[in-house]
Amino acid sequence: MLDKKIIASLQQISGKDQVLTDKADLICYSYDATQKQYLPDVVVHPSCAKEISQIMKLANENKIPVFPRGAGTGFTGGSVPTAGGIVLGLTRFDKILDIDEENLIATIEPGVVTADFQKTVEKVGLFYPPDPASLKVSTMGGNVAECAGGPRCVKYGVTKDYIIGLEIVTPTGDVIQTGGPTMKGVVGYDLTKLMCGSEGTLAVITKIIVKLLPKPEAKKTMLVMFGSIDGAAQAVSAIIRGKIIPTTLEFLDARTLDCVRQATDLDVPDAAQAVLLIEVDGDREFLDKQVTRISEIIQPLGVVETRIAETAEESEALWQIRRSVSASLRQVNPDKFNEDICVPRSKVPEMIRKIDAIADKYKIPIVNFGHAGDGNIHVNIMVDGKVDGDYEKAEKAIVEVFEGALALGGTMSGEHGVGIMKAPFIPLELGGAVIDYMKTIKKALDPNNILNPGKIFPSDA
Amino acid sequence: MAKLKSLEDFRDEIDQCVKCGGCRAHCPAFGAEKHEGRVARGKIALADSLLKGDVDLEEKFLLDMSQCLLCGSCYSQCPNKVHTEDIVAATRREIAQRKGLSTFGKGVGAVLKNQGLMNLLAKGGGAFSKLLFKKIPEQSGMRLRFPAPFISSDRTLPPLTAKPFRERCPDIIPGDADKPTVLFFTGCGINFMYPESGEALLKALKFIGVTVIIPKAQVCCGLPAVSAGAASTVESLAEENLSVFQNNKYDYIVTACASCHSGLTQIYPGMGEEFGEFESKVKDIFVFLVEQGFADKLAELPKHKDQIKVTYHDPCHLRNHGITKEPRAILKALPQIEFVEMEDAGTCCGLGGTYSVYHYDTSKKIGSKKAGFIAQSGAELVATDCPGCMMQLQDSINHANEKQRAVHILDLVAEVLPE
Repeated sequence: MLDKKIIASLQQISGKDQVLTDKADLICYSYDATQKQYLPDVVVHPSCAKEISQIMKLANENKIPVFPRGAGTGFTGGSVPTAGGIVLGLTRFDKILDIDEENLIATIEPGVVTADFQKTVEKVGLFYPPDPASLKVSTMGGNVAECAGGPRCVKYGVTKDYIIGLEIVTPTGDVIQTGGPTMKGVVGYDLTKLMCGSEGTLAVITKIIVKLLPKPEAKKTMLVMFGSIDGAAQAVSAIIRGKIIPTTLEFLDARTLDCVRQATDLDVPDAAQAVLLIEVDGDREFLDKQVTRISEIIQPLGVVETRIAETAEESEALWQIRRSVSASLRQVNPDKFNEDICVPRSKVPEMIRKIDAIADKYKIPIVNFGHAGDGNIHVNIMVDGKVDGDYEKAEKAIVEVFEGALALGGTMSGEHGVGIMKAPFIPLELGGAVIDYMKTIKKALDPNNILNPGKIFPSDA
Repeated sequence: MAKLKSLEDFRDEIDQCVKCGGCRAHCPAFGAEKHEGRVARGKIALADSLLKGDVDLEEKFLLDMSQCLLCGSCYSQCPNKVHTEDIVAATRREIAQRKGLSTFGKGVGAVLKNQGLMNLLAKGGGAFSKLLFKKIPEQSGMRLRFPAPFISSDRTLPPLTAKPFRERCPDIIPGDADKPTVLFFTGCGINFMYPESGEALLKALKFIGVTVIIPKAQVCCGLPAVSAGAASTVESLAEENLSVFQNNKYDYIVTACASCHSGLTQIYPGMGEEFGEFESKVKDIFVFLVEQGFADKLAELPKHKDQIKVTYHDPCHLRNHGITKEPRAILKALPQIEFVEMEDAGTCCGLGGTYSVYHYDTSKKIGSKKAGFIAQSGAELVATDCPGCMMQLQDSINHANEKQRAVHILDLVAEVLPE
């Protein structure tokens, strides 16, 4: 419990209505998509950077942890208040401040929902590509803090590739600008990029300057079924070698397709052991040509069936197989550990074989799908929490999956971040000197360790 | 015996929520208020905490649980298909059970005071003349929707009819021997507010030779009582209707009210095995009409020269059951109208059973968004398939100072059929 004086000070800073201490309110800000729950002492919804600055100063004086929060949709616990303290809800920072059509940039607040932002810029023919699965609810601040990815990243890159400037409140309460509205800028360290993916441990983001692209005129979707995962993986390499970079190159492995067959009445022939969902975008006149070229390139690689969408409805129907995956997985087991390793794209089939071996070893279903185009595999370890020993087996399997990915030159997280879920494992990937380097930065900027403490770094290291 | 599920019965369903937060994009109450306690994920966390004994029935808990339209928008988009609307309704019953229904009412009242709405108590009461209100049974959803002292004088309401629909028509209207017989479950909205829509339904069924029975003994489906957490009211209404269903002979039960359809197909089947056999017989009127080839018959009528633009609002309680095509098929087949689709036709109108009574300000915010989409569509009329939506849509349009009229699709159908 926080001192009444602290609550009174917070009320003075942000207004009484914006400071929540009732149990029911605390419960509502205690979780994210990891389903881990930690009750904060208080939830504050500030309205501007100045208020956040005052809150950070108050928190420093009194050594109170502060946990910035967007929509709370993270998969690694980046926003959960693991040590009580203050949840800093950024919902009220929900304005698109400027869309600059001459410079192709936008200035927005961190609480803007990603899909709303995309919809708004698309109305004037512009395009913000990163498309995490949570985009209809996740906020831009959270996307920057986690450096969100998504299917379109094969061609267009991830969140950090579009962030050129920020306004941030430092852990000690200074309001500073990083970068700015220019396409180039090399004066001093690139603090903007440092913030991208820093998981809310180095600063609270209060304003974001985003680079935009012209919106591609059209897109075309095709779904290709392969007789083997190797065929699908070779197809990915062959397409890229053929100098075509699709917008999207999503894959579903054999176990995923089994789930889809069981859970839905979608038409997935038994011969299909892997599926690639391919999308190309650009000028309308070039799309047919690209699709034909892709079909030619992949035809020798054990293609079972190719479906090409001619209309938006047909395209949606093709996506239906991919979209049905999450719900279908629950047919296998009720609970899942959702990992997001990333390997060099040529290593995808080898990685899938390793994962299948791990699944067999521990006798638990592991289902894989994801972004084949950039080697980012969503590894879903399906367990039943009510069965004794299932969680333990899953935890062992996760370590082996991570080790397998690292051995192939990969990483344990392509887009979800570390948070609390992967913190114990980062020494597997990062050497001691690297972790020390990072912790030195953290300590210098946040001497009292009050901003989102307990995230990224293992607690004992 | 009809028995509603308890909150404890939803234990497994509560565990199905994986806290992805997807519901934040679809919840009308969250859209208006932006507080996690308003959205399905927050409510499920609260219901879970209540079951575990981690939270008391404090004021904020009651507020959050009252801030749900039971529209099921979250359910329709939920990857794990969690029926939050049923969990919230069960939580309201749990609250009523622990603290008494009136206490829940008081809790809501205390909140109303915070929002400055309590003064409506003084102003209201004049919405209906006492004489007309007397005609409405104590347990009817109409009473729960318009508890006289609470009703806002700011709200525009259709006049209550002097002669309810079921008193106007015979118990049976015979049709052709080779055509099916349907039981028309009128619902309170048509019976007390929009009897002409009921008459339009009879006209349409007569046109295709279907025999209709309209038992006088039928009562409110109970959905507004579900919304209020009044378990015993729901259960006794369900039993009365069950005996009506058991004591008549027919092929289908048709509804022209999305809420009644939902009450009969979503709430009743969970109340006991004896309700199960009727579930498959319940059909929304437009699903029935399309199955009977009615849309083709309409399409044969010569098109009018001066068509008026009409858009369609999907009632939540039909959209959740996948009924979106049939009402549109009928509209598109009508000769006197040009159908135009509006943006977000499938989002909630903001009525939500008793919701708009207790949270009229939020309800208006949700409604004003809808009114904007209606205006942008360029339509002169917004047609729908639910008296509750009609009432709310008209109120929202009026508040937005727009000119469109909300009508039942049946009203438009009746225009082009012979007398």
